[in-house]
Amino acid sequence: MTSPTTVSQIKNRNTGLWRRIKHANAWTAWFMLVAMAIFFLLPVYVLVMNGLKDPASAELSQMWRPPSTWSWGGFSEAWERLSPSMINSVTLVVPATVISTFIGSVNGYFFAKWKFKGSEYLLMLLLFGFFIPYQAVLLPLVRFLQWTGLYGSVWGLILTHVIYGLPITTLIFRNHFSTLPHGLFEAAKVDGAGPFRTFWSVMLPLSVPSIVVVAIFQFTNIWNEFLFAVTVVPNPEAQPVTVALNNLSGNFSVDWNVVMAGAVTAALPTALVYIFLGRFFVKGVTAGAIKG
Amino acid sequence: MTTTLSEGEPSTLERRQRQRKKRGTWQKYISPLVLLPTSAGIAIFVYGFIAYTFWVSISNWGGIKEDLSVREPATGNYSDLLTTTRFQIDMRNTVIFTVLFMVLAIGVGLGAAILLEQKVRGRKFFRNVILFPYAISLVVTGVVWRWLFNPEVGINLLFDVTGFNSVLTQAGGSELEPGWTTDPSVWLQINSLLVAIFPFADDLQVKLGIPAAIIPVAIAASWQVSGFVMAMYIGGMASLPNSVREAARIDGASEWQVYSKVIIPMLKPVTITVGVILLHISLKTFDLVVAMTGTGPGFATDMPSLFVFETMFKATRYNLASAASIVILLFASVVVVPYLIRSSREES
Repeated sequence: MTSPTTVSQIKNRNTGLWRRIKHANAWTAWFMLVAMAIFFLLPVYVLVMNGLKDPASAELSQMWRPPSTWSWGGFSEAWERLSPSMINSVTLVVPATVISTFIGSVNGYFFAKWKFKGSEYLLMLLLFGFFIPYQAVLLPLVRFLQWTGLYGSVWGLILTHVIYGLPITTLIFRNHFSTLPHGLFEAAKVDGAGPFRTFWSVMLPLSVPSIVVVAIFQFTNIWNEFLFAVTVVPNPEAQPVTVALNNLSGNFSVDWNVVMAGAVTAALPTALVYIFLGRFFVKGVTAGAIKG
Repeated sequence: MTTTLSEGEPSTLERRQRQRKKRGTWQKYISPLVLLPTSAGIAIFVYGFIAYTFWVSISNWGGIKEDLSVREPATGNYSDLLTTTRFQIDMRNTVIFTVLFMVLAIGVGLGAAILLEQKVRGRKFFRNVILFPYAISLVVTGVVWRWLFNPEVGINLLFDVTGFNSVLTQAGGSELEPGWTTDPSVWLQINSLLVAIFPFADDLQVKLGIPAAIIPVAIAASWQVSGFVMAMYIGGMASLPNSVREAARIDGASEWQVYSKVIIPMLKPVTITVGVILLHISLKTFDLVVAMTGTGPGFATDMPSLFVFETMFKATRYNLASAASIVILLFASVVVVPYLIRSSREES
């Protein structure tokens, strides 16, 4: 019974103790995460629960209670008020996303595989365009669009989003194409494919996941954007949904639960993308942040 | 395609080499040519437009009628701007908001990333919940937090219905009912201290301190962005080799030390990237404030971005608004330009 403790026993005891500490740690971590999750879900709860209340019974003093009678009334009124601007947002976001993603992929390919003297500096100069506070370009932008006759139309807004989106889409694709093996590129060259053929038949088919990542990144950003929308499109008929929601929220003749339902409606497209294509969204979030 | 170098085929090989050489000459120009339209677009829409805004900022164009003649002195609009009380308040608000926002977002984001590294149940769920707000519009965020921080209802109501306030009053305290976004007070004012050091600080019309109403805005902004910070740190931690932790543990480091002394210092590049992006977000904060509080009591939640927008498109004082936007741009550039140069150097 009094046999000397062996090395393996010490090890076992240590790991046992270690495991128990780890276990306690895991529980503490779990409780902290639950607290965080509650904090992060609280606004979502308020939005959804109050959006689903009957307009007659939606009182501010009852905002933490779930609806006593569930009703789609708030949502149908919100939809009535917001559906024109939702359609505007779709006609804005789809072309702007497709164009900025496509041009970005071509640019990124040439920046990654067809480097020339100064191309890295050029990329840096382009990237600065992603980081500027857009207030510094608003006045000339409005004047330019007025001059070209695009001011106030969804086309002016599409052009704006394409141009200011190009730096980041170019960068993400540049980083992506840099990771594709150079041998592949050489092989296409030896087979006699020119730069565009190589891009179209070899590089692009290998880039579908990256295309999805960039498209989602652009879709989310442009759908959620507000400053350009409110500046470039002053007429209510052509306004995207972020502007319409802000107007709805500032309109005191509108019932509170309708505003909540409207906020859910405006958030729904990007929320659905997040729920169903979250994997790509996360990649875009981190790819959009330039590597330090 | 395979090419065998036998006696009979040198002509094919030679032809191909010649072809490639010929292609090489025009292919040298193809890349700059393809990138030309984008470069021209950015040259005009970014650099040209900034130059235009700068020109307006030193011009006489202070009303509806366009007047691009240079003001005498050229810095006149900038000195007007610096003596404008509202802009002084905005600069104070930006500084305080940026600090609060960065501390909160990095604190929560890094904290969540570390917690998610522990072997806990439902990690995926927690991660998805925390990142979710980043996918929705800041206008939506503003609309809902506006009501959560309404002193009559929202969180104050939650203090009541959860019984938190009745516990406080029973314990002899008073009810917790902060004014949140309606509170005009400015905490920790340092004006008198500043005047004691720099006599000219007496000219400041602004109360230098922490405007209470900006705290809810910083909380709402962090609610939106912490998930992004978390995702960045999770990515950074995944790229660290496991041997680093093992080595630290074998050396007897506690779990706390493993993070504070080893992991977090090694994540410095991620922290720098996150810091630059958060600063950039904070400088252009517009939609959140518009939807949540507007300019606030005594401009307590006003931001330079709102000042630019209202001065430009409502008051049509184009030169003053342009000067303000150039000031914001300079603040952003001081951080962004060195960052861009550094990261491009590291790559090459």
